[in-house]
Amino acid sequence: MPRESATFGRDVIAEIQRAAETGVYDIRGWGAKRAVPHFDDLLFLGASMSRYPLEGYRERCDTDVVLGGRNARYPLHLQTPVTIAGMSFGALSAQAKEALGRGASEVGTSTTTGDGGMTPEERGESKHLVYQYLPSRYGMNPTDLRKADAIEVVLGQGAKPGGGGMLLGQKISDRVAGMRTLPAGIDQRSACRHPDWTGPDDLAIKILELREITDWEKPVYVKVGATRTYYDVKLAVAAGADVVVVDGMQGGTAATQDVFIEHVGIPTLAAIPQAALALQELGLHRHGVQLIVSGGIRSGADVAKAMALGADAVAIGTAALIALGDNSPRYAAEYEALGSAAGSYDDFQDGRDPAGITTQDPELAARLDPVEGGRRLANYLRVLTMEAQTIARACGKAHLRHLEPDDLVALTVEAAAMARVPLAGTNWIPGTGDAAQRSSTRGGAEHA
Amino acid sequence: METVSFDLATTPVRALNAELHDPAVKSYEVLHPDGAHAVAAGIDTGIAVEIRGHVGYYCAGMNDGGSVTVHGNAATGLAENMMSGTVRITGDASQSAGATAHGGLLVIEGSASMRCGISMKGVDIVVGGSVGPMSAFMAQAGRMVVCGDAGDGLGDSIYEARLYVRGRVGELGADCVEKELRDEHRAELAELLAAAGLDHDPAEFRRYGSARRLYHFQSEQAEAY
Repeated sequence: MPRESATFGRDVIAEIQRAAETGVYDIRGWGAKRAVPHFDDLLFLGASMSRYPLEGYRERCDTDVVLGGRNARYPLHLQTPVTIAGMSFGALSAQAKEALGRGASEVGTSTTTGDGGMTPEERGESKHLVYQYLPSRYGMNPTDLRKADAIEVVLGQGAKPGGGGMLLGQKISDRVAGMRTLPAGIDQRSACRHPDWTGPDDLAIKILELREITDWEKPVYVKVGATRTYYDVKLAVAAGADVVVVDGMQGGTAATQDVFIEHVGIPTLAAIPQAALALQELGLHRHGVQLIVSGGIRSGADVAKAMALGADAVAIGTAALIALGDNSPRYAAEYEALGSAAGSYDDFQDGRDPAGITTQDPELAARLDPVEGGRRLANYLRVLTMEAQTIARACGKAHLRHLEPDDLVALTVEAAAMARVPLAGTNWIPGTGDAAQRSSTRGGAEHA
Repeated sequence: METVSFDLATTPVRALNAELHDPAVKSYEVLHPDGAHAVAAGIDTGIAVEIRGHVGYYCAGMNDGGSVTVHGNAATGLAENMMSGTVRITGDASQSAGATAHGGLLVIEGSASMRCGISMKGVDIVVGGSVGPMSAFMAQAGRMVVCGDAGDGLGDSIYEARLYVRGRVGELGADCVEKELRDEHRAELAELLAAAGLDHDPAEFRRYGSARRLYHFQSEQAEAY
C-alpha cells in the first residue's frame, strides 16, 4: 500500500500547491477547525446521595443576568445568559443583522454590532444592543453611541488575537462603503490597535471618556481574544471594565488568514478558569464585574459548562448563524458549486453565501427572511437555555449562575489541566500541584 | 451673550460635561483644567466653550457641532472622532489629534505629535507648526494642512484623504505619493488656511495622497505591508 505522510497529509499538500499556484495566503471565515480540548471533554456530576437535585419542570432554575452594574446607571438585565456576539453589517447582510436582533429580543437577550457601525435595522429590532468600539472606528459616532445599551471596547477576538480585520472588496457595497467612509469595491483593512490609546493606563482614560460622553449611563465591556487571559482580565478590570468578554480560539470571524485562525490564541476551555481566577483574586467574581465567554458554544451543555467554570454569560456567533440557516443542506448543490459543501462552507469573505447571510449581494441576501430567521434564532436560544437549566437542576442549582467547578470532571488529562477540574474518577487536577488537597467529592476516588 | 464659567479646581469634569450635554446657555468658559481628561467631551449642540489652560486626553472628544477653543496644550486624542464643529488649540497637541474624526475643523496653532489625523474620516485639520511621524496613517477622507514639516511615515496606507505640507516631509509611508498641486487644490487650500486664520501662500505647499496600489491585496506587494 502506498503510504501517506502524517506530516505532509493530503490537506497539507493541497494547501502548499494552492499557495504556490495563487501566491496568496488562505483567507476564510468561521473559527478554528482543528480539534482542541473543549467542553465535550467535560462532564457534569449530577446529584445523587451527596447532592440534592431540583425537580425538572417544577422547581425554579432562574437564568437571568445583570451585566454592567459596576459603574453604569443603566445595567443590562437579560432573561437568558446566552447573548449574540459582535458581527458586522458588511460581514453579514442587513437582513441577517435584523434577524439576530429579532431573535435575541424575543428571548430577552442582547445582540452586538460589529466593525462597521450600527444599522437602523438592528437598532430597531434589538431590545438590548451592545455597540462595539473597534480600532477602525468605522461608522463610530456619538449619536449611535448614545442609542446603544452598552459599549464594548474590542481589543481582539479569539479567531485572531493581535490581528486587525479585513473585508474584501466583493462585499463592499455602496451602503457598506458609505458607512465606513471608504470607496466601494476596495479591500478594507481594520487596524489591530486603537488609534488613540496604547496600553491599559490609556484605556482607563478612554473608558472614562466614553462614560463622560454617554453621561455614565452605559455599561462598558472590554473584549479580548484568549491568550494571556489571566493578565488581560486583570488589566481590563483595572482599566475600568464593567464586563470582560473573553473569546476563545474557536470563536468565529468573517475573514481572517487560516494560519491566524488555527495557530494563534488558546482554546475557550483554557481561558475561562484564568479569567475566573483573575476576577476572584480581585474580589469581583460573580459580583462587581461580569465575565462573558464565547468561542465554540453550541448547546445548553456548553452554556452550563462555561458558567460552571466561571462565566456569568456566554455569547454565540457561529451557532447563531447556523440557526439562521448557514450551511443548511437545503443549499447543498450551491455549496458544492462553490467548491465547498453544506457543513464545511467557510468562505464568508467571498460574499457568495448561498444562505444569504454572509453576503451583500441583494439577491442572495433576500433569501433570508428576517422574521423567519428571528423565529429560528429565538427557538434555538430557548433550547440552549432550557438545556442549561436541565443540567443545573440535576446539579441541584436554582440558578444557572450557581453552577461551579465542583460540578465538573474532565474526560482527558489535557481538559483537566486546562479547565482545572479533576480527571473523572480521580482527584487529580494536572498542573495545580495540590491534588492531595482537592476534595474527593468531585467524583474522585477517596484515596486516588 | 451670557457666559457660564466652570472652575475645574472646584468642580468635577463630570458636572461640566453633564451641563455641556444639556446646556442652559450658548457660551461656557472652563478655568483651571490642569490636565484633566475628557474635558468638553461629547458636545452635541452649537455651544461655544473657551478652555483656559492645558487639557489632558480626549479634550472635545466626539464633538458634534460645538466650537471649542483650548488656550494651552492638549494631551492625546484632541477632538478624536469629531463629527462637526470647530476645535482650536493655541498651543501644541500630543499624539493622535483628530483621530478618526468624521467632520468639522481642527486647528492646531502650534505643532502636533505622532499620528495626527490617524484614520481621519472626513475632518479638516490645519496645523500651524509641524506634525510627528505616522501622521494621517490609514487616513480615509478629509484634508490635512501642515504649515511646517511632517515626520516619517506620512500618509502610510492612506485611502482618499488629501494632505498638504509646506515644509519638509520625511520618508513617505507605504502607498503615499506626492501628487500634482492643481488649481482646485490651491483653491481648497486657500479656504482651509483662511478658515484657520493663517495667511500662507497656497503655492508654497505640496500635495500628497494615495497611489491606490494597496486597495486590493496582492502578495507581490508584500514588501509594502
